[in-house]
Amino acid sequence: MLARRIIACLDVRDGAVVKGMNFEGLRHAGDPAALAARYNEDGIDEIVILDVTATIEGRRALASTIREVSSRLFIPLAVGGGIRTADDAARALDAGADKVSLNSAAIADPPLVSRLAARYGSQAVVVAVDAKSVNGEYRVFARSGSAPTGLDAVSWAREAESRGAGEILLTSIDRDGTRAGFDCMLTAAVSGAVNIPVIASGGAGSFAHFVEVFTAGRADAALAASVFHYAEHAVSDLKAHLQSAGIPVRL
Amino acid sequence: MGGAIALIDYGAGNPTSVRKAFAAAGAELFTPQAPGDLEGAGAVVIPGVGHFAATAVLEAGWRDGIAGAVRAGRPLLGICLGMQWLFEGSDEAPGVPGLGAFRGVCARLPAGQKVPHVGWNTLDAAGPARLLSGVRGGTYAYFAHSYAAPVTDGCVAVTTYGTAFAAAVERDNVFGVQFHPEKSGPAGLRVLANFVAIAARRPGLRPASDRRRAAARADGIGRPRQDARSGSPAAGSGSQARGESN
Repeated sequence: MLARRIIACLDVRDGAVVKGMNFEGLRHAGDPAALAARYNEDGIDEIVILDVTATIEGRRALASTIREVSSRLFIPLAVGGGIRTADDAARALDAGADKVSLNSAAIADPPLVSRLAARYGSQAVVVAVDAKSVNGEYRVFARSGSAPTGLDAVSWAREAESRGAGEILLTSIDRDGTRAGFDCMLTAAVSGAVNIPVIASGGAGSFAHFVEVFTAGRADAALAASVFHYAEHAVSDLKAHLQSAGIPVRL
Repeated sequence: MGGAIALIDYGAGNPTSVRKAFAAAGAELFTPQAPGDLEGAGAVVIPGVGHFAATAVLEAGWRDGIAGAVRAGRPLLGICLGMQWLFEGSDEAPGVPGLGAFRGVCARLPAGQKVPHVGWNTLDAAGPARLLSGVRGGTYAYFAHSYAAPVTDGCVAVTTYGTAFAAAVERDNVFGVQFHPEKSGPAGLRVLANFVAIAARRPGLRPASDRRRAAARADGIGRPRQDARSGSPAAGSGSQARGESN
């Protein structure tokens, strides 16, 4: 049976993890490779590196970060945040990423999704959709949630699918960072409208939130960052909790 | 000891990941620049993600070299799209023949669940397998594909996603996995280590009669596919104008 995936997101700036937890026994808390290895040992299903670097110099460091993280990691690795062009995608994939996540670049240039899917296959192309509730409708925002696009979240996710995206990474701007739970209505609306996997993101604060997003939210995978930083065995504990709730997970 | 293991880079997928995982499993792979380079190879690995049409490159230049290596008894491992190519063809690219080492045509995963099939799914053992030695039934492996091979002779592990499909195949010296061992954690590395061990044992330990039998079976390999589409499931209705993940 296909397991629901638990994905850890590493926010990386200038080659170092932002908001990284100082795990006991982890020599370099801000080292993405060390943190990824730690999650891997704890049973994470996939790693996402989200590059939040603002400078061009920092962005050049992304490839070496990817190389370091992927060198001893034998699970899927996705990279997002710094992918603006086909060349950026090629650099990330060549460095060892299995997937690239496109957000603002896909909105600005939707055919980019098709070009990358044709070149690398749909399984390598994730379209990230940042959505926020506006007057009762879910709207897409670009540029880290700061720029309204006027796009409807469900319609845009469908278009991304039709252009060749292999997965949707769906983030609730309203919930992101709140630890108040995933936006299950948003997730269910998108997941029910597309025929590709949907990764829910934004708002994870407890194990119960993951159960909700896999049931009411109909998510295929759930992504979180900080929730995994707070306990040493958070991933394995979470998976045990999900299994006891009847949700299939890889143990 | 056999010679080094060749990793065929035909522009589909991420050979870097496969090379890295093999290194962790104890083998350094080399990339043959031309089919003639396969003559010195002790074993051959065909990776691949992406569209089945990408395997047309193999048809154009590599088929004879790969088929020759198989006839010579050298182990061959196809991964994901590389495994699909071991069959007679795929509905994804009907004009492109596969190697034909296994009977059947790959078909699109049925409607009714999300496609591509992405994530960790269980390997259910269908028979004893050298490639899966030490990998228990029910073990999770990582998949990312939209087309899949039928369960036919040679299938040694089945995975179910809407339908049961071949997750691993092996016969004589030809092996294939639909999942990505390079992305399947310790279980995946075990599969690669098993293949490395198989490659290292060849030739010498196997009785000559076995080798003749393998060679006789491999005689059918390398011929262009004849009307392999007939009898294939009527899948592929969700025809999508996209670079499909195999």
